[in-house]
Amino acid sequence: MGLLEAIILSVIAASTPLLLAAAGELVVERSGVLNLGVEGMMIIGAACGFAGAHFTGSTLAGALTGIVAGAALSAVFAGLTLGLAVNQVATGLALTIFGIGLSGLIGAGFVGVRIAVTPHLYIPGLTDLPFVGKILFGEDGFVYFSILLIAGIWWFLYRTRAGLILRAVGDNHVSAHALGYSVLKVRWLAVLFGGGCAGLGGAYLPLAYTPFFVPEMTAGRGWIALALVVFSSWQPLRLVGGAYLFGAVTILQLQAQGAGLSLPPQLMTALPYLACIIVLVLISRKRGTAGSAAPASLGLVFVPDR
Amino acid sequence: MKRLIATAAAAALALAATTLGASAAGKLKVGFIYVGPIGDYGWSYQHEVARKKMMEALGGKVESDYLENVSEGPDAERSIEQLVRTGHKLIFATSFGFMDATVKVAKRHPDVYFEHATGYKRLKNLSTYSGRFYEGRYVQGVIAAKMTKKKVLGYIASFPIPEVISGINATMLGAWSVDPSIKVKIIWVNTWFDPGKEADAAKALVDQGADVLMQHTDSPAAMQIAEQRHILAFGQASDMIKFGPHAQLTSIVDNWAPYYIERAKAVMDGTWKSEDTWGGLKSKLVVMAPFTNMPADVKALAEKTEAGIKDGSILPFRCPVYGQDGKELPCKGGKSLSDKQILGMNFYVKGIDAKFPGK
Amino acid sequence: MQLVLERRAERSAWIAVLSPLIAIALTLVTISILFALLGKNPIHALGVYFLEPLTDTYTLSEIAVKASPLVMIGVGLSLCYMANIWNIGAEGQFVIGAVCGSWLAVVTQGTHAGPWVLPAMLILGALGGALYAMIPALCKVKFGASEILTSLMLVYVADLILDYLVRGPWRDPHGFNFPTTADFDPNATVPILFDGTRVHLGCLITLAVVAVAAIMLGRTITGFEIRVVGAAPKAARFAGFNTDQLTNFTFAVSGALAGLAGIIEVAGPIGHLQPGISPGYGFIAIIVAFLGRLNPVGILIAGLFLALTFIGGEGAQISMKIPLDLTKVFQGILLFYVLACDSMIVYRIRLLRSHGKPAHGSA
Repeated sequence: MGLLEAIILSVIAASTPLLLAAAGELVVERSGVLNLGVEGMMIIGAACGFAGAHFTGSTLAGALTGIVAGAALSAVFAGLTLGLAVNQVATGLALTIFGIGLSGLIGAGFVGVRIAVTPHLYIPGLTDLPFVGKILFGEDGFVYFSILLIAGIWWFLYRTRAGLILRAVGDNHVSAHALGYSVLKVRWLAVLFGGGCAGLGGAYLPLAYTPFFVPEMTAGRGWIALALVVFSSWQPLRLVGGAYLFGAVTILQLQAQGAGLSLPPQLMTALPYLACIIVLVLISRKRGTAGSAAPASLGLVFVPDR
Repeated sequence: MKRLIATAAAAALALAATTLGASAAGKLKVGFIYVGPIGDYGWSYQHEVARKKMMEALGGKVESDYLENVSEGPDAERSIEQLVRTGHKLIFATSFGFMDATVKVAKRHPDVYFEHATGYKRLKNLSTYSGRFYEGRYVQGVIAAKMTKKKVLGYIASFPIPEVISGINATMLGAWSVDPSIKVKIIWVNTWFDPGKEADAAKALVDQGADVLMQHTDSPAAMQIAEQRHILAFGQASDMIKFGPHAQLTSIVDNWAPYYIERAKAVMDGTWKSEDTWGGLKSKLVVMAPFTNMPADVKALAEKTEAGIKDGSILPFRCPVYGQDGKELPCKGGKSLSDKQILGMNFYVKGIDAKFPGK
Repeated sequence: MQLVLERRAERSAWIAVLSPLIAIALTLVTISILFALLGKNPIHALGVYFLEPLTDTYTLSEIAVKASPLVMIGVGLSLCYMANIWNIGAEGQFVIGAVCGSWLAVVTQGTHAGPWVLPAMLILGALGGALYAMIPALCKVKFGASEILTSLMLVYVADLILDYLVRGPWRDPHGFNFPTTADFDPNATVPILFDGTRVHLGCLITLAVVAVAAIMLGRTITGFEIRVVGAAPKAARFAGFNTDQLTNFTFAVSGALAGLAGIIEVAGPIGHLQPGISPGYGFIAIIVAFLGRLNPVGILIAGLFLALTFIGGEGAQISMKIPLDLTKVFQGILLFYVLACDSMIVYRIRLLRSHGKPAHGSA
């Protein structure tokens, strides 16, 4: 296996959980809701996903458990912010505290337990192709699903009526309501979808990335997923670029150290974050000061008048 | 505002009084402060394992409680004080970052015994203890040199503190005692605990040609990568054979239980004294997991090395020791570097061609 | 039938008073069930969480110490949030404030410099926090970059700057190369107010900050602008308020307060600079700000209350062996209820009989 091929494989693995969680959050934010609880939903997805896989012996069952768990936690968020018009920022942060605690309770019984790693695709002939074989035809199911998910979200947002409604709700909930759309129903569905995606992204860690569960193993990836959504300026295709760029910078700094390139490790670790800020400033600047692509109703409370 | 709360509190006092001071008389209460969650399967987990063993060994005579995930910032002092105030007479603070907080609380409570892991500040009622993990690393270096085919070792390091640096140096001195042409690649991940990142670092090292991995981080992630990539690895803190049945050569196991039992007994006997305990393979504070996945001759050599360190015939930092600049270090410990030199180690030995972090 | 939310004609003064009590009652019920499921005596557990810390002067003093930075940061953040400006990077501003103030402590170490050192450190800390907060503010004003993202990213960068300094240039030369500066000199340390406790001058500064913020919001034009911009951004634009200036102002103030809290924490309870100086203060303060309904006095109460749950949680770990994770679950549930009940001040829930199906909920 060549070094470049190996690096690309590592980058894909490192980017996939971020991409899954960020994809869900992108839809949530496009509907005008800001759920800062991604970290909490991811870690609960990780704990429940691991439990599911451990008890059934099936990765697929684990992944589904992770999705359900993430969605269940997001339902709490939706109930509060949509049902009771509570502030979204505060609820999202509370959700993270709650999720970390609950995942610790669930995971307490799984310390030192290992499960089988998620199988990778193998198509005789294709997977054995030099260089591209493993990258294109030798990934695990999560990777392919994450790409399908992005394609699906893109198609949904820009090619379907439902997607148009969702964007309308996010951009101006008052008008969308006046046009007769149920703002809250759209947002409920979006939040549940986002929770499921975050749960799946979290489940990726103990199922495919490092097949064991430890508390707080998401290690801040939920926050990065949130950042990536903004970084992508709410465009699904750009999100892929962002997630892979972030993964690449993370992996390359490790590779650079291994190759003997010596910069302070703190600087190396800070690189992805600095890169994120710089790129964000550059793309925002290009669009001019007026044009942040944020959904106009993002984070605002909506209560339909009757 | 505060007065208001105080008034409310006074009213509530009657109700809460039942919950205070409920300890059974005569038992020694031992308190533990952990820096991580007890489920980390690494540093804090091993301390918790030892606490449970202590309870088994001294069952009936001691009670024990712990606080986990205590931040090393402003919360540490309060957490330790809380243990004192709930009647704990012997308190183990199990992370370097608790040092100053432990000192402050110890000064206030001369009648309580304190034990601080990996630190260097002592008082009449405050001991320090730590493991000579570098001894185990030296054994690992010997094994690694025998087992590597590509003559490149991969080292996942957390933070450039002396314990980690002395581990890297001891590994290489051990490896060169077998084969002076061995090289090491070091990746600093800047965290004790992030399984994903540890796995990424392990992959990067393997990609760059390392075929034996060692780690100074806490999770079994690197071990799993070694298993998946069909190479060899050493575990850390606990026996990780479950995560690498075909990969693990051995593991440095932190074995705090005998020390905790001994110190609790000392308090009960009234023989507790403030000491600095730095135990290694000989005192079994550091234990090697079974030597696995290696041929018999390597195993024999490993056992011989371990025995040599125990009886003192092998000194990992035997003089002369040369720094990366080629200069010989002053030999302050007789035949070997002194404990103080090892405890404050901030240089690579000659032959490691990586740049020292922060220099 | 359907439950719907309806805006009240007026804020309900009754519920404003009762809401925290209802929330606590609901939490007690939920948590009691949870404790009972885990085989712990719920009444006993609740006593440990809420009452025990209030029965002892030491734990009371610790509540003040823990709440002080939360309140100080929370007050600053509330200004931003009122104006719909989203500084979520207070954690980073806290760290940079601590670093900037500590610089003076490190360079004057052992020089027996005069009593000016501590005040100068506090000023440097506030200045450092403010300048660091100006990065996301300027990125927003000049380039339109989202302040949510930049302020959050800068948290990680701040942590790494701190990490670099204490492991490198500022490391205590006599500290066996461990990552910490030497202990600060007495003239670089925040004085303790009451012997035998850790209640320090910073707690008084926090109270002063609360008072000043309450007056400023109620009585000054800037306070008025902040409230108008938050409540009615369009009206504010018509009225000619300069939102850019307001962004800079609120970021600078919230950054300064976070930075001040940072240096006070380092020069007070900790006593030296080291990695991990903040157990998430900058993030918890966001919750405190909202729990306190973005009102300075409310934030003071919310900060004290959250500090109570932290300290009660520790007591529960020790005396009842209740895992820390359960304390987090408990805090989460409590926050959910408090936020939900507060919502009832402005809204009421109505049971709507479905006469046919209203077409997509149109009015």
